[in-house]
Amino acid sequence: MSLTLEPNPQQIKEEKLYRTMGLTDEEFGKVEEILGRLPNYAETGLFSVMWSEHCSYKNSKPVLRKFPTEGEHVLQGPGEGAGIVDIGDGQAVVFKIESHNHPSAIEPYQGAATGVGGIIRDVFSMGARPVAILNSLRFGELETSRVKYLFEEVVAGIAGYGNCIGIPTVGGEIQFDPSYDGNPLVNAMCVGLIDHKDIQKGQAKGVGNTVMYVGAKTGRDGIHGATFASEELSESSEEKRPAVQVGDPFMEKLLLEACLELIHNDALIGIQDMGAAGLTSSSAEMASKSGSGMEMNLDLIPQRETGMTPYEMMLSESQERMLIVVKKGREKEIEDLFAKYGLEAASVGVVTDDKMLRLLHKGEVAAEVPVDALAEDAPVYHKPSAEPQYFRDFQAMEPKAPEVADYKETLVKLLQQPTISSKEWVYDQYDYQVRTNTVVAPGSDAAVIRLRGTNKALAMTTDCNSRYIYLDPKTGGKIAVAEAARNIICSGARPLAITDGLNYGSPENPGVFWQLEESADGISEACLALQSPVIGGNVSLYNETNGTAIYPTPIIGMVGLIEDIAHITTQAAKQAGDLVYVIGEAENEFGGSELQKMTNGGEIFGKSPAIDLTVEKARQDALLAAIQNGVVQSAHDISEGGFAVALVEKLFGTGLGADVSLEGEATVALFAETQSRFIVTVKAENKEAFEAAVQDAKQIGEVTAEPVVSIQVNGEEVVQAPVNELEDAWKGAIPCLLNSEA
Amino acid sequence: MKFAVIVFPGSNCDVDMYHAVKDELGEQVDLVWHDVDNLDQYDGILLPGGFSYGDYLRSGAIAHMSNVMAAVKKAAEAGKPVLGVCNGFQILLESGLLPGAMLRNKNLKFICRTVELTVENNETMFTSLYEKGEKISIPVAHGEGNYYCDDETLAKLKENNQIAFTYASDVNGSLSDIAGITNEKGNVLGMMPHPERAVDDLLGSADGLKLFQSIVKHWRDSHVVNA
Repeated sequence: MSLTLEPNPQQIKEEKLYRTMGLTDEEFGKVEEILGRLPNYAETGLFSVMWSEHCSYKNSKPVLRKFPTEGEHVLQGPGEGAGIVDIGDGQAVVFKIESHNHPSAIEPYQGAATGVGGIIRDVFSMGARPVAILNSLRFGELETSRVKYLFEEVVAGIAGYGNCIGIPTVGGEIQFDPSYDGNPLVNAMCVGLIDHKDIQKGQAKGVGNTVMYVGAKTGRDGIHGATFASEELSESSEEKRPAVQVGDPFMEKLLLEACLELIHNDALIGIQDMGAAGLTSSSAEMASKSGSGMEMNLDLIPQRETGMTPYEMMLSESQERMLIVVKKGREKEIEDLFAKYGLEAASVGVVTDDKMLRLLHKGEVAAEVPVDALAEDAPVYHKPSAEPQYFRDFQAMEPKAPEVADYKETLVKLLQQPTISSKEWVYDQYDYQVRTNTVVAPGSDAAVIRLRGTNKALAMTTDCNSRYIYLDPKTGGKIAVAEAARNIICSGARPLAITDGLNYGSPENPGVFWQLEESADGISEACLALQSPVIGGNVSLYNETNGTAIYPTPIIGMVGLIEDIAHITTQAAKQAGDLVYVIGEAENEFGGSELQKMTNGGEIFGKSPAIDLTVEKARQDALLAAIQNGVVQSAHDISEGGFAVALVEKLFGTGLGADVSLEGEATVALFAETQSRFIVTVKAENKEAFEAAVQDAKQIGEVTAEPVVSIQVNGEEVVQAPVNELEDAWKGAIPCLLNSEA
Repeated sequence: MKFAVIVFPGSNCDVDMYHAVKDELGEQVDLVWHDVDNLDQYDGILLPGGFSYGDYLRSGAIAHMSNVMAAVKKAAEAGKPVLGVCNGFQILLESGLLPGAMLRNKNLKFICRTVELTVENNETMFTSLYEKGEKISIPVAHGEGNYYCDDETLAKLKENNQIAFTYASDVNGSLSDIAGITNEKGNVLGMMPHPERAVDDLLGSADGLKLFQSIVKHWRDSHVVNA
């Protein structure tokens, strides 16, 4: 018996029911115009998810067009599951970042876990073997039980999924600020490896070829997840909990191995992940990209629950599923391949030439819409943009260094700020070693993965200081890319490309849209200057709670190539007697700094630090050349907290100390967050070679055998402390805040 | 010497074990899918880490009912070396090849870090190249590695010298800091730490290599004439 309680087309229009699915009156009118009739309930659902911001980028498209996406090594730019960059020897690296903010705000464990699962599928749907996971997280201050709960469960969810599927979580970054109190950010990045010949595309070519559904069965979970992700969070968001999916990493491990076996079968035509908007986006996009159509019989979709309607099946975001197109007549081979892994491969449809997505259900046509209308014809909005007053006020402020009475005490307090303090509590829960390729584990500037069977390695990092971007989106955007590149350079790698996870408030707010535009301009400039194009990414808007937006947070995920494993460099000091150098001078720049936030009741103000991309590029090139020439022992960029924090971070875990002398105003010298700076250690015998290679480097002292740090400014000792005392403060901060055992 | 690395659905340290044997040890090795029922052609059996069957029901509980486990038992009875690491250890416990059980880590969280182990018994086919009391650095990565058994079993483990490795300091709450145990005959070793992750200095430690070399040495001593 088929008893449907779905409203009829007339009701949908008259009662404006499409609004609850996220379509505007104008958008519904456009759907009606495209179809030449009123859409039924299922069809309204198809348009509403495909035209959501999450799937269509209708608000962010004009901004995304700004990004430089081409480069000599780019094999695949934005548009497919993930971008691809050539790394020589017939190999390429595949990577992408994706957000799962809204689900994580409601159900943090599953929200984070499925975020990891989703980005892994994006990478292996390209035919690549995922080799590493990174993440970038933002939470409110670790003061309320709600924030602590979100933090602990998000970390557990990332660990639970990544550890089980057996892909190492090698790096990431976490920052804490009240602006993320009700709206945490969970961005996951996956890096994969592929041989050029194995690169796959999400395409549905060849009329009569078979559409197959592989992986987990479809249930009622995650319905309208993409629409939910395109709304602001509010008190009523709890009701959206059913829009959060539930992950099964074991299922995904099976699907991963089966798909990587599948790509070597010449029956395969195309493959695409059923991610956001599930069956709808995968079917419409595969057909649209190939200029074809698709007909599917929904009765054949493997279902976990009984009585599912076409609307529910098409909008479900059940995890661990893929849609594939295979040559007609080869279905049995594919079924057998998946059966080895205990997985179902069901033939559910055929490729057609009429450019329509036609869905059959119980002998009737349940939906029939043009694939291009779904995948390509979403409206594009140029939202109004306006420079906010706060920006003008901040720009008018004179630089002001916070008052510091006791330099050592200030350093200890900075080390205890959760944004700066050790993240060991977090990465201790991640299996960062599985697959035995992790050369540099979490805790250094960038993670490094060796490429087995070659002499090469990959460096990878995620970075974004959203405080600078809030104060000055354009400059902050440049800094985000530059800092990522500094981390890559410090590990001995040349930057290849970036993926960006753009997290902002509501684009309906002109001030927020201005932040998005300005920061995209900054990112683009830095990408061009540092020769690191954007090969893909993700946009997450509407990150607001009860009307308050998060800081603009465009997370930069960068991957670099280490040409010879001998170049691999870490931040840790290596031996007593090595010379300590600083590259770049500190200026009176405290806007958005850790010290400003700490001494000003959590508030930031003024101008962000400035950045000159020409200077940045010159220093990065010089330092990388010195590293490649083997004259650098360790390298670390100076970021949050300034020089003093960076110096002692270099000493933690080494059993060594340092004795250095600086000049200038002590607060500036120790704690300013001036950009384009590094601390480097060099063997005494390489002094001349290093100084010749890096003109801006200034020798300031040496590494000592006694594990004590001593910093003089203008000849006066302003900090003197045993390294272990500082390290204890740094390591203990997060466990202490969580009130759990260290 | 020819090794089998048994691959269960959800194993994820299988390739690590494979590469450790092939690349670092230089011996023959095959990845063997869990549905085979004959392992006669292999001289040593390796059960890798990971999450067989997603750890559903209980770690190792479903894998121990696989087809291949009868063949693993047969190999163990024949005196061939059988090594289970992490999830492989859990499977050996579930199958009864080793005594005891695993509880969740004391802190109730997954723990991944390189820890110091003490070699308690260097008179096994797995540990002969170590010194007794030697401290070695080997990574752990597990959520359920808190070894537990009853008093009687613990007394027997001690009496028979079945405790091969202990943690130099408490990691996960294991009884008597137990990190790895053998069966009474000494040819089945289960351990939570991952020796296959410690076979290359580039990745931080090569202290695990001697474990694999010990197995090969034992096999050569007993199989190769005029060795």
